Amino acid sequence: MLVTLDNLESLLSALEQSDSLEGMQRVIEALRAHYGVAHLVYHWVDSRGDQYGCGTYSDAWRQKYLDETYLRIDPVVQGCYQRFHPVDWKRLDWSSKAAREFAKVAAEYGVGNQGFSIPIRGPNGQFALFTVNDTCDDRTWAGFTQSNRRDLILIAHYFNEKALEFEPARQPGQQQPLSPREVDAMTLIAVGYSRAQIADRLSISEHTLRVYIESARFKLGALNTTHAVARAMSRGLIVV
Amino acid sequence: MLRYVYADQLNQCPRLKDEMFTHRADQFRTRLGWDVSVDARGHERDEYDALNPLYVIWETAEGGHGGSTRFLPTTGPVMANDHFAHLVSTPIRSPLIWECTPFCMAPGQGPNVAAALMLGGGELMNGFSIRHFVGVFDARMVRIHCRVGSSPEVLGSTGEVRGKDATGLALDFGSSIWRPRTASQRVQVSRRR
Repeated sequence: MLVTLDNLESLLSALEQSDSLEGMQRVIEALRAHYGVAHLVYHWVDSRGDQYGCGTYSDAWRQKYLDETYLRIDPVVQGCYQRFHPVDWKRLDWSSKAAREFAKVAAEYGVGNQGFSIPIRGPNGQFALFTVNDTCDDRTWAGFTQSNRRDLILIAHYFNEKALEFEPARQPGQQQPLSPREVDAMTLIAVGYSRAQIADRLSISEHTLRVYIESARFKLGALNTTHAVARAMSRGLIVV
Repeated sequence: MLRYVYADQLNQCPRLKDEMFTHRADQFRTRLGWDVSVDARGHERDEYDALNPLYVIWETAEGGHGGSTRFLPTTGPVMANDHFAHLVSTPIRSPLIWECTPFCMAPGQGPNVAAALMLGGGELMNGFSIRHFVGVFDARMVRIHCRVGSSPEVLGSTGEVRGKDATGLALDFGSSIWRPRTASQRVQVSRRR
């Protein structure tokens, strides 16, 4: 499960450029191969119970899930709905008879024994889940989630941003603007200043600078600062 | 003990719920004189309590509310972005940056409760890969944070918050007590690269 960041960044660029659910599907399949896990799933659940998304679960399992209306008993959806912290499936309540039966059927359809789900709360009550699923022992799984949790949280939100773009009411290319401080920070990083120099120049502490860089990174859909600077430049948000 | 409770789970601990909102009214309206809304039950609530936030609550040995704070990710509406754009360069947005509200202390509780709440914040950081907390605090709360070992940093200059002086802060819960774990996480990130 070795992960190289360069590859991840190129996958995120592909995600940003995709303009359809099929494009998202191709990216999630590549991400699954990249992480070397059994499954990756992006699952949008709206307040009316409509479902939408992409992922690597089999067509048979997706159909079974819909036919049996598993949404109502799936402990992952029930346990994550309206939450905002990532959850290991082992910490969910699988004790009911319906949940145990659901888990048994899921396994028959190729769903692995380990799961890690990231709930995402979008605008106006929008809700989605991004799930990594695999078959391995607890120790291996704990190591994997610990090492990749931060990136997975960001990637989960980038999938959701992309899915929101496809909403009829949304304007295409509606990107979050950088705040004045974020523009300052990105510009000075781009011209090669060190963090200490930037903090000094902006008359803020390095810690505060890190907050602005973290926020800018998210708005730019990047995992690391180098990638964030490249994106800010290509979007014309900073001029060097 | 520390309790981590989402708003929609508060009904499972009615005493903590009632006392937390009552103590918030005591602290923010009565003691600090902030212009907050208090309902007929004597509970202080705002629109962010309706967004199913996560509360970290110190439960006393007697089962009462000893102190609490409220968390929301900055990907959604938060006070710092909505009301304090004059204090910080906003909006700050990231699932790895959460807003933390000023600690509410029950009457008679000392710095040990603030320290416990800091520990709760540190646990959230470690467990959920949160990099930073931001919040809007008054000068008195800044002193409390300094006493219990966090190193709050001023994001913006002072201004008026609900009629009182206030300061926008980035809270570094990663200092002192939590530094070792934060450092080990960094090691793993660099190993992976």
